[in-house]
Amino acid sequence: MRLIILESSSSVAEWAAKYVMKRINDFKPEPDRYFVLGLPTGSTPYGMYQKLIEFYKAGKVSFKYVKTFNMDEYVNLPRDHPESYHYYMWNNFFKHIDIDPQNAHILDGNAPDLVEECNNYEKKITEAGGVELFIGGIGPDGHIAFNEPGSSLVSRTRVKTLAQDTLEANARFFDNDISKVPKQALTVGVGTVMDAKEVMILITGTHKAFALYKAIEEGVNHMWTVSAFQQHPHTLMICDEDATLELRVKTVKYFKALSNVHHKLIEGDVSLDKMRTIH
Amino acid sequence: MNDLTQFINCKILRNHKIITEDLWVRNGKIINPEKIFFDEKIHAARKIDCLGLTIAPGFIELQINGGFGHDFSFNIENLENGLNLVSKNLLAHGVTAYCPTLVTSPKEIYHKVVPKMKKRQGGAHGATILGIHTEGPFINVEKKGAHPPNCIKGFEKGLQSVEEMYGSLDNIKIITLAPELPNAEEVIRKLSERGIIVSVGHSMANLSQGEKAVNCGATLITHLFNAMLPFHHRDPGLVGLLTSNKIPNGRIFFGIIADGVHTHPAALRIAYRVHPEGLVLVTDAIAALGLAEGKYNLGQFEIEVRGGRAYIAKTETLCGSIASMIECVRSFLASTGCSVEYALEAASLHPAKALGIESVKGTLNFGADADFIMLDEGLELHSTWIAGEKVYAK
Repeated sequence: MRLIILESSSSVAEWAAKYVMKRINDFKPEPDRYFVLGLPTGSTPYGMYQKLIEFYKAGKVSFKYVKTFNMDEYVNLPRDHPESYHYYMWNNFFKHIDIDPQNAHILDGNAPDLVEECNNYEKKITEAGGVELFIGGIGPDGHIAFNEPGSSLVSRTRVKTLAQDTLEANARFFDNDISKVPKQALTVGVGTVMDAKEVMILITGTHKAFALYKAIEEGVNHMWTVSAFQQHPHTLMICDEDATLELRVKTVKYFKALSNVHHKLIEGDVSLDKMRTIH
Repeated sequence: MNDLTQFINCKILRNHKIITEDLWVRNGKIINPEKIFFDEKIHAARKIDCLGLTIAPGFIELQINGGFGHDFSFNIENLENGLNLVSKNLLAHGVTAYCPTLVTSPKEIYHKVVPKMKKRQGGAHGATILGIHTEGPFINVEKKGAHPPNCIKGFEKGLQSVEEMYGSLDNIKIITLAPELPNAEEVIRKLSERGIIVSVGHSMANLSQGEKAVNCGATLITHLFNAMLPFHHRDPGLVGLLTSNKIPNGRIFFGIIADGVHTHPAALRIAYRVHPEGLVLVTDAIAALGLAEGKYNLGQFEIEVRGGRAYIAKTETLCGSIASMIECVRSFLASTGCSVEYALEAASLHPAKALGIESVKGTLNFGADADFIMLDEGLELHSTWIAGEKVYAK
């Protein structure tokens, strides 16, 4: 695992966007060779999308031959509701870039058969050749996507009933009325994300510090689902200083000492394949 | 091939704000691109680069007596040509829909003219006609303005008087009347039940008469401050409707001429500050609108266009407004210091609301007609579009 510690949340956004851009460009996607990207929603990745749009507009990256799979979506929330992840992705990313609508996939929380929707989603990911780079954020309780505490670490895409804590945390987006918060969501499983060739997780802010500590300094544990990625061959955690507050000084110093090496990951002329061997 | 057009590199006026956003149009309507992306999964067949211009809803004109040499009430012989001429030329002023206005006239004129001025969809041939605005003859002779006094009438037979006068009400959208006339309440009630907008004006009405009219169904005031009692603090008259608490909230709209001549900037500001939601810009333009400097015979007058104003020939007497709608928008903006968004909406969203057609006109919301204009930062008009097609370009 790599842990990249940056000054602030905006540097996390920029670093992540540069990395995505570099991965796409190094891959040299073309009509029969699509780059497959797994995408999150929420406030943490927002800045990354802003940067990617900026790079796209400057002609530095294209999404023409990129396929995307989003992590999750609420069940029974109208798609044009401002809290729906369709709405988020359209307004914060897709409408600004050149992606082909055929290639942008989001779970449909209004599908008549939700189980079938989830199974098809897994199938579509497989048909696309698997995810090259899965990007995720985490919750303060260490969840990735809607894989809340106690989720199986080998779970696949499925319907998930949301924890009371999550409902309460989300009420602020639904007129502070908990009865309006969707009770279920569709989400990729921990296993689905584990299958990606590479996983990049963004963690910012003091409120995520304890989750980061649980994710990397303690053992693999289904009560902190993001800890599963300790067993992934290519995990990249990108955090800001605030998110390190619960880590040991030793851990922080160790990864900071590697920062020169890590920063080469987003530099123009070094091939990432070569970097793979350096840990 | 799909009929999907995406206007790119533009700002649009939506929900009272100018935002950077693409505008998507299909089959003459503004559509939600999010649905296209996720449901139909297609790109727009046609992309139009707006070069950074601002897209605003097309202007809607509720009161215009003629223009470009044609007067709707007087030039009745070549009526169709005149109507086509005005409709076409209004596109260059950013007007995409309007109500041609007839001033007080003899019955025979109405019977000749009203059936021929049909509502019709606009396009490259000209702006949409929303229906006639008949300003009179049911007005108060003491506030006749430029209307011929011998033609002014009352409602002796109630609604029947109205039907007999105009011949048919089918082509009529707005009727300006004086609410103090006998039987007016009954007439207002019946007209509004038939979907006709009743506008109070050319009137000596006091406030309570105005309030009664509004409670009977009147929703509009014709050219506020002009041809009505001046504001008095013990009886503010029709002007008092703007702040009345005896009428339903948000019911009343008012037309106001912001040509920089007919309403003093301070009076514009008063109206703007006390009832901004109800303010509707109108030009009340006469046949000399759009004519170059010089002398013309218009209706019963010989007039002279000089320095951007129209005078009775050889006098200093102004004989009507000749400001275009886009000029009125700019002049209103300069006089009131309101936001650009507000000034544009006062000529689009507000008149649409006054007519109750805001779900299809006067906005760039999803589902609305794709009638819009493109403007630069200085509010210079670059092009006019109806049903998603360009109908005028500078």
